This record gives sequence, C-alpha cells and structure tokens, in this order.
Amino acid sequence: MIEISGLTKTFGEGQSAFTALDDVSVTIRSNEFFTLLGPSGCGKTTLLRTIAGFLDPTRGSLTLDGEDLLSKPPYQRPVNTVFQSYALFPHMTVAENIAFGLQMLNRRKAEITATVAEMLELVQMTALADRKTSQISGGQQQRVALARALAPRPKVLLLDEPLSALDFKLRKEMQLELKRLQHETGITFVFVTHDQEEALTMSDRIAVMNAGTIRQIGGPRDIYDHPAERFVADFIGDTNFLQAKILSTDGAQARVRLVSGGEIAAQTAADAPVLDDGASVTLAVRPEHAELCAPEGALLSGRLRDVVYFGTDTHYHVALDQNETFTLRRQNQPGQTQVWQTGDHVGLNIAPGIPQILKD
Amino acid sequence: MSETAPSAPSASPGRRARSERRNRWLLLTPAMVILSLAASGPLLVVLIYSVLTPGDYGGVEWRFSLDSWFAVVVERDFFTEELTLADAHLMVFWRSLKLSLCTALLCLIVGFPTAYFIATRPARRRDMWMLLIMIPFWTNLLIRTFAIMELIRNQGTVNTLLVASGLIDEPIQMLYTEFSVLVGMTYVYLPLMILPIYASMERLNFDLVEAGYDLYANRFQVLRRVIFPLVKPGVVAGSILVFVPCLGAYVTPRVLGGGKQLMLGNLIELQFGQLRNWPLGAALSLTLLAVVMVALIFYVRAIGQEGERDV
Repeated sequence: MIEISGLTKTFGEGQSAFTALDDVSVTIRSNEFFTLLGPSGCGKTTLLRTIAGFLDPTRGSLTLDGEDLLSKPPYQRPVNTVFQSYALFPHMTVAENIAFGLQMLNRRKAEITATVAEMLELVQMTALADRKTSQISGGQQQRVALARALAPRPKVLLLDEPLSALDFKLRKEMQLELKRLQHETGITFVFVTHDQEEALTMSDRIAVMNAGTIRQIGGPRDIYDHPAERFVADFIGDTNFLQAKILSTDGAQARVRLVSGGEIAAQTAADAPVLDDGASVTLAVRPEHAELCAPEGALLSGRLRDVVYFGTDTHYHVALDQNETFTLRRQNQPGQTQVWQTGDHVGLNIAPGIPQILKD
Repeated sequence: MSETAPSAPSASPGRRARSERRNRWLLLTPAMVILSLAASGPLLVVLIYSVLTPGDYGGVEWRFSLDSWFAVVVERDFFTEELTLADAHLMVFWRSLKLSLCTALLCLIVGFPTAYFIATRPARRRDMWMLLIMIPFWTNLLIRTFAIMELIRNQGTVNTLLVASGLIDEPIQMLYTEFSVLVGMTYVYLPLMILPIYASMERLNFDLVEAGYDLYANRFQVLRRVIFPLVKPGVVAGSILVFVPCLGAYVTPRVLGGGKQLMLGNLIELQFGQLRNWPLGAALSLTLLAVVMVALIFYVRAIGQEGERDV
C-alpha cells in the first residue's frame, strides 16, 4: 500500500516558481492497477517520478507498506519503472537487460538465469533473448522493458505512458497484456497516461489529475458515469452540459428544473456540499445516455443540425431551443433505417437519475 | 545519394551505381592529393634519409648504410668496437612511453568527471563551460608551459605558498623532474581528452542512467555498467588524442624537463640539431611512428574485444 500525503513539488523559485504537485494525498492499495490520468503538465509524471525517487518533493510524505520511501535513494526502493522511452541499455542483449536488476541485487547466478528465462517466457521474448535491443521492434522493446522492470519482483511497478509510442493495434494488444501481467504477478501497477480510453479499459481505479491536484478518484465506471466536476466530465469521454436549478434534494438524489422547463431526477457528486434549493447547477449527460424521440412531451427539444456516421455508431448534433447544444450517440444496428434527418424538429429524453450534478 | 547524382533518369541501375562510384572517387581526390603530398611524401624522404650516411656538418652523404637503424638500439664502443645496448636511447623510449601513458591516465581521471559535469548542466550553460575549457587551448603552447613553470619552480607560487603556510621548510624541487613534465603535459593535453568524452556524454540518454538507479545500481555501478560502456568511444578517442602527441612531445619536456628529462621528441631534435646525425634522427622518427602504431593496434584491439564481450 502506497500512502501519499500532502505531497507538494515546486520547481524554481520566486516569480518563476511552478507548482507541479499541489498538496496531493492518495492511497494506492496493494495489488491494484492504479492509473494517474490527466492532460500533459498536470503533474502525473512528477508524481510517478517522486515515487520512483528521481525527484525529491518540496513537502509531504510517501510511504510504502508503512515504510518511509523519501529517505531512500531510487536504488534502494522496491519500486521499478517502465520508462516512456523504454530506456533499454543499448550495449546489452535482451537477456542482459532483464538480468541487470537481479545482478545489482547480488542474486545468485542460478537464480538470475532462472528468473530471466521465466521473464522471457512471460513476455514471449525467449526466441530473441540474445538480440541486441536495437535489433528488435518497438513492441518487442516494450515487452523487454516490462520484463526488465518485473524481474526483480518489485512491490510496485511504475509505468510512464509506456504505450504511447506504439501504433493503435499494438497498443490495444499491450493493454490486455499489461492487464494480464498485473493479474498474474499480483504486483501493484501505477500507470500514467493521458489517454482516457486506456485508463478506462485497464484500471481498477483512476485518479484524474489537473494542475497538480487530484480532481477525482474512483473506478472507471464511477469516473465515467459520475464525474464530480466539469474538468473530469470534459476530459473523460464526451459530455453534454445543461444548466439547471435545484428544486429539492434527497440524499444523493436531487430534483432539478432544466432551462427548458422540464424536470428530472439527477445524481449529486459523492462528496459535494449540500445544495440549497433554487441553486444553479450544471448537469453532465453522456451522449449515449439520451434518446431521440418526437418533440411532443419530450424533456428537451431542438433542431437536428448534423447526423455524423462513425461506423460503430452515429452522432446526432441537436441545437436545443434554449441556445444550448446536445450531442447524442446511438449504436448502429444492421438494417437500421435512418429515422431522423438533418433539419427535423426532434425531442430528447433522458432517464431519471442519469444526469450528474457537477460540483462546479 | 543516387537522387543527387547528375545521372539521367532513364539510366539503368548498374550505370547509376557506376557513376556514383566515379563521383565518390572524384570527391575523395582533393583529400588524397593533399595526404599523399603532405604525409606520404615527407615520410618517404625520412625513410630514405634514415638509410644514408651522416654528413660531417649535418645533411647526408648519398651512401647506403643501415648504421643509423642499428644505432637506435645498440651502441658501438668507441675504442673496443664492442656492441652494447644503447641505454640512453632505450631510457628515453621508456620515459616517453611511461610519461605518455601516465599523462593519458591522468587526463582521463581529471577529464571524465569534468565532461560528465558539463554534460549534466542545462543545455544553454554547457557552451559556456566548454568555452572555458577551450580558451587555454587557444593560447600559445609556450606561454602555457612557462605559466606552469612559474607555478612550480622553487620560488614559484606553489612552493612560496607551501613554505609560507609552514607545511614545508624549504621548497620542493618540482621543476626539471618527470613530475613537472607529467603535470605540464596533462595540463596541455587535457582539452583533447575532455572534448571527445563530452561529445559522447552529450549524446547519452540520461533515461538510461535513471534506469540504472531504478534497477538497484548505486552511483558507482551506474558509472561502471551504464555510463562508461556508452561513452567508451569518447574515452578511446580521447586517450589516443592525448597519448599520441605526448609520445612525440617536444616543447613541454624541453621547458619543464630542463633538458634533463629527454623525451623522444627532444632526442630526435638533438640528432637534427646539435649532433648533426640526420640519418639517426630519421631512424628515430620512424621508430617513434612504429611505436605509436603498435601501441594503437594493441589498444584498439583490446578495446574492440572488450566491446564485443560487452555488447
């Protein structure tokens, strides 16, 4: 278990000072696939490098299973990193790269040989063990980097955007592979990415970061279905924002009135402050959580501006009567006929309880 | 390459290859001409002179003789005609080799950390540091050598300070010893070690250094197992660049060795100057060349083998 508390990292001083991490506190459980997700410059890599020991934080504490990590240099932390550039040693073979960490830990020769063979097997690189790292493809280098970091059996594996250099198909493959490796080895993975889809497919839990702070932590479903604030809703997936007023609240549920006059039940954010009746709020609704219907008696109505075909699904852009826009997504079915045409006056329905009230 | 060759688009591949080959030779010609005139030519003259008989007042007489070549290693006693090893020459050879090796080693010990320091500075400050390294290198060699002399002579800065501080009672004799020659040559040739190492170091991907630390290697292990193997080409180049000119060094041993610590360069100069034995000077020059080449072959071969094992 990694416990991070009040971690702050400031680069530079005075006027030009830049706060990369601003009072970050988070607990990463053992054996979980934990993802730090955020746009570039949000501090996710800084946090990862601090755990690895390449950066000293300005303030805060960091422990692993109750043991202070900050007082130890990187080579004494039971933590290994898979670098974004892979950072394989070019003067060593695949097998020598994997053996390096074990050699530095002074493991016995026989044990090193056995572990290297096992790791090569695990990442399916046995046939290329004696190749130089410059003689293998990007995807293969990726596997070697993984095997090298896993070989010493660290308590925590840190992965710094390891898939960003791979092409689309290979990336999909490696996502599943990583998930499988994490499951098989039972090692805690801390994964850094700016790709929300990657985060959603692989993680047990996700921490969404922005401007040096963690904005929301939760499971992929949690984060996607119940974004707590505008940044999270916007960064992960597509979202429609609707203005509304609170009518009444009842625990996690609230009744709101939309600008169009329609009323609907909505979810409040888990740790949001109590909302007063009559308060103005923003609702987030995912494009696939709404349905097109006839305008009469619908929750919202507007003019269908664009119909965009995407293969697996179709996007409908609706200009709402109240000057807002709304995007809908519907999965395409075989033999489906196009019911709505551009320019049609259409209605929109949303199931009660689906809209999420944002904190800001 | 072939796209830039002025060959017709319709030319067959074979024809294009031929014209490319011709262009290559054409481009090489200026270098070849200069090299053959300025290097091979004089070398040939030296070779011819080394097998002639010395003239009485310098110069040579055009009579074939291998005496000079024998004189490089053996001496004929003036009275008994007995042959003995030319101790004086061998001594100079030995001193040259020893001092050159020590200089290269010292330059490496001092230059490697320096290059590492500069390569790890922020990019815009590296040029400033390199400039500071290069400025002395642009200064006249004699001036720099006399500056060292001023520092280490008996009434010089170092001795004066040491005596004044009470660490020693009387000045230490540093000038006109092998030590002073070593210090002088290290100072003079240090930039030649730093430059190539820095060039390798600057290209080093420092992620690899972090990867080393991450995989439980401490500072020393990272240096030995990661940094050193990767900048080895620079170390090899630097060592050669220092070792070779050291073997033939003339000014530094002359000024700082005070004529007592002769090196090969001084011995050769003696033959052409005071001793007026041009053929022996020529033979010694060629011997020096041979020593350098043999040393380099051994060095490169040793490094190459190690490289193969490592890589």
